[in-house]
Amino acid sequence: MLTGVRLFATAALSALALATAVPVRAATPADTLVQAWAIDDMISLDPAEVYEISASEILGNAYQRLVTYDVKDVSKLSGQIAEGWTISADGKTLSFTIKPGQKFASGNPITAEDAVFSLTRAVKLDKTPAFILDQFGLTKDNVDQMIVQTGPMSLDFHMDKPYAPTFVLYCLTSTVGMIVDKKEVMSHEANGDFGYGWLKTHYAGSGPFKISQWKPNEAVVLERNPNYGGPAPSMARVIYRHVPEPATQRLLLQQGDIDIARNLSSDDIKALKTNPDIKLESGVKGTIYYMGLNQKNQYLAKPEVREAMKYLVDYATIADTIMGGLVKVHQTFEPEGFLGAYDKNPYALDIQKAKDLLKQAGLPDGFKVTMDTRNTPDITGQAQAIQQTMAQAGIQVELIPGDGKQTLTKYRARNHDIYIGVWGPDYQDPNSNAQGFASNPDNADTSQVKTLAWRNDWDIPDLTKQTDAALLEADPAKRAAMYQDLQQKALDTSPFIIMFQQVEVFGIRKNVDGVIIGPSFNDNGFYDVTKH
Amino acid sequence: MTTADIEPEGRHGALPPWLLRLGRLLLSLVFTLFGLLLVTFVIGRVVPIDPVLASVGDRASASAYHAVYLKLGLDKPVWEQFLIYVNQVLHGNLGESVLTSRPVLDDIRDVFPATLELSTVAILLGTLVGIPAGVWAAVRQGRLSDQIVRILGLVGYSAPIFWLGLLGLLLFYAKLGWVSGPGRIDIAYEFDVTRVTGLMLVDCALEGQWPAFWNAVSHIMLPASLLGYYSMAYISRMTRSFMLQELGQEYIITARVKGVSEARIVWVHALRNAAVPLVTVVALSYGGLLQGAVLTETVFAWPGLGMYLTNSLGSADMNAVLGATLVIGAAFVTLNLLSDVLYTFLDPRVRRRG
Repeated sequence: MLTGVRLFATAALSALALATAVPVRAATPADTLVQAWAIDDMISLDPAEVYEISASEILGNAYQRLVTYDVKDVSKLSGQIAEGWTISADGKTLSFTIKPGQKFASGNPITAEDAVFSLTRAVKLDKTPAFILDQFGLTKDNVDQMIVQTGPMSLDFHMDKPYAPTFVLYCLTSTVGMIVDKKEVMSHEANGDFGYGWLKTHYAGSGPFKISQWKPNEAVVLERNPNYGGPAPSMARVIYRHVPEPATQRLLLQQGDIDIARNLSSDDIKALKTNPDIKLESGVKGTIYYMGLNQKNQYLAKPEVREAMKYLVDYATIADTIMGGLVKVHQTFEPEGFLGAYDKNPYALDIQKAKDLLKQAGLPDGFKVTMDTRNTPDITGQAQAIQQTMAQAGIQVELIPGDGKQTLTKYRARNHDIYIGVWGPDYQDPNSNAQGFASNPDNADTSQVKTLAWRNDWDIPDLTKQTDAALLEADPAKRAAMYQDLQQKALDTSPFIIMFQQVEVFGIRKNVDGVIIGPSFNDNGFYDVTKH
Repeated sequence: MTTADIEPEGRHGALPPWLLRLGRLLLSLVFTLFGLLLVTFVIGRVVPIDPVLASVGDRASASAYHAVYLKLGLDKPVWEQFLIYVNQVLHGNLGESVLTSRPVLDDIRDVFPATLELSTVAILLGTLVGIPAGVWAAVRQGRLSDQIVRILGLVGYSAPIFWLGLLGLLLFYAKLGWVSGPGRIDIAYEFDVTRVTGLMLVDCALEGQWPAFWNAVSHIMLPASLLGYYSMAYISRMTRSFMLQELGQEYIITARVKGVSEARIVWVHALRNAAVPLVTVVALSYGGLLQGAVLTETVFAWPGLGMYLTNSLGSADMNAVLGATLVIGAAFVTLNLLSDVLYTFLDPRVRRRG
């Protein structure tokens, strides 16, 4: 009996020893790029529907659009699937020609038919990003007359007004403008859904990689597309692993179990700076951190109060310490990397000036106000710092913490005093943010167009007109100047305290080169990545 | 058990007692699940979150927003929404998740095995260590070893598992390299294993992929040990108090007087009796683990039910939340049922009562 027990114990112990003796792998496979990222926002892989950060990036590596821009200089637009384009004399039609000899990953040739199908499909499906195309006067009913094939490799894109060509082209670079393989998609059509039921979890594109697997909340796997027209990527596989916790990502990166960590916190970044095996690469993103001051609040509606509050934020300290390099100070509504970006940051913490302004407003002792604060560490940290500096001028800010969806629901209903949050442009064109921050066509509660200005009850007929006018300006330089003028006016008078622009930081193993961090989320590219 | 024990009771009613018992249990199951559904549903509707936002995002056009609003049935009164949902559930349809656009049942089928595997290994570790530790502490009541078990137990029970997890990773994965890091298996093996049961260890073993199996073992060791430690703390405390109760009983004194060896008294006589309430303790701990240890799953990037549930909650994805809650509820009730059945085997008094 005793020997039996002893035998069992020995066996169990040796099994345990075996388990722990399995060598922990120090590196990922040489032809595979492994990234850890929080990808729980992903709900679809269909370009007609994708609107989430993670899915946008993945589509950017797996699909192609008619046109694209240089990620280093967004003013340089060029054809991607298209060979070129011309603009009609009345400015209301863009004619594209498609490069010959290109193929989808399936092997099917890329033709004008696919391009027309993709764009009309997106409008007809009417998912969230469809509004990007609808802006040109396209509707479900007229889109078949507006986007038409004129030859095997050519198509016309008609619009209801002579919109600025830069505006149209930038919009076509977004994910909703990505070209899908008509033959492949339609072979999976069910009940007239244009293959949507299939494509939201499958792939039919022509980019450098194809999407071979998506396990929700677990992993996404990209594989090299052998039919890609450009230079073949050196990575055979790119794997995204869902790792929600930044500290966990950092450990994985330090151990070499992943090549890139994507959600590092400012603490992690500080710690990794001295690690010889890791490099940090960063790029500015379009996302903006701002506060919206609801004009329905009697105090916030006073222009002096708005101005005073712009002097009550310690921009530099928050950017450097609380956000630790994950943002840079940026006070105008067009982010760096956009046409018409305006590099002016006139405000800095100035308690005395703010006090004087409050006195002018008839509020020498300040006032009480609430701020809806999303309960994420970055927003909470910023809000607490702002609360402190505001208090120094007598403004007592009560923070109301809430879940992101909760604070957003309240903000959308204009029930807040102050909302602190982030805003990302919908597409890589200045109109997106101008429309959000400087346009409010109908300030009534029943309005159909609920811009950010509307959410803060900022009634601005003149700026709205100016924003609309900038849309029709054909000359890119003149157009850029119009947006800069709008931004100066917003800086002076708007109820928006724009504070920071996001900086995306990647923690990368030293042996990995060629990661592209572009201005838009679908610009982050991994087709040039090499490992040595 | 002899047939003679049961027969006299069988005459009381037209139905055999085991059937009555089963009927009662099933009825309580139905009521429990219905109650759970109702409470979750009401909470889901009361929270000030717009569920359409989860689906279409902040920027959808009014028409896209409205289409989803109608699709989710939000134009109907709340009681009607509830009836529609219950009707669906009765037909075996838990609805579609807004977040993943897949049937909730498919989602749960994907994530539940990960949690099941982790909890099972954890509860095995917790029980195998916790019960002997508790017995030992009871026997040596008040002595140093009792205090040590108590302190270890208190630490396990009160230290945040999130913090323990990170600390464990730092020590055993980053510094010592004894175990593999977060995730269920290394990338290198990830694509070699075909999913059959969804239990990584079982799938690897079924295919005879032993290197992958050992790799999966080295991944599960740390999170399972931590969760096991947590349940061990509870189990050992309970074992100790049950044992102390038994050891003070007269039959123990009788046994001692009769000259039965101390080991036999403790491990056979007393533990046998303490085991009955312990079954419930273990079953409840197991049930608790099956809900998905949210924080452990987050730290260890373990794609299980806990992570799924928090994600869905954060996005007001009510179908997913309700579906997952139902599954957890069902698992809990089933475990309770099982522990009831085990009672019958362990406690002759229950057995006689039928």
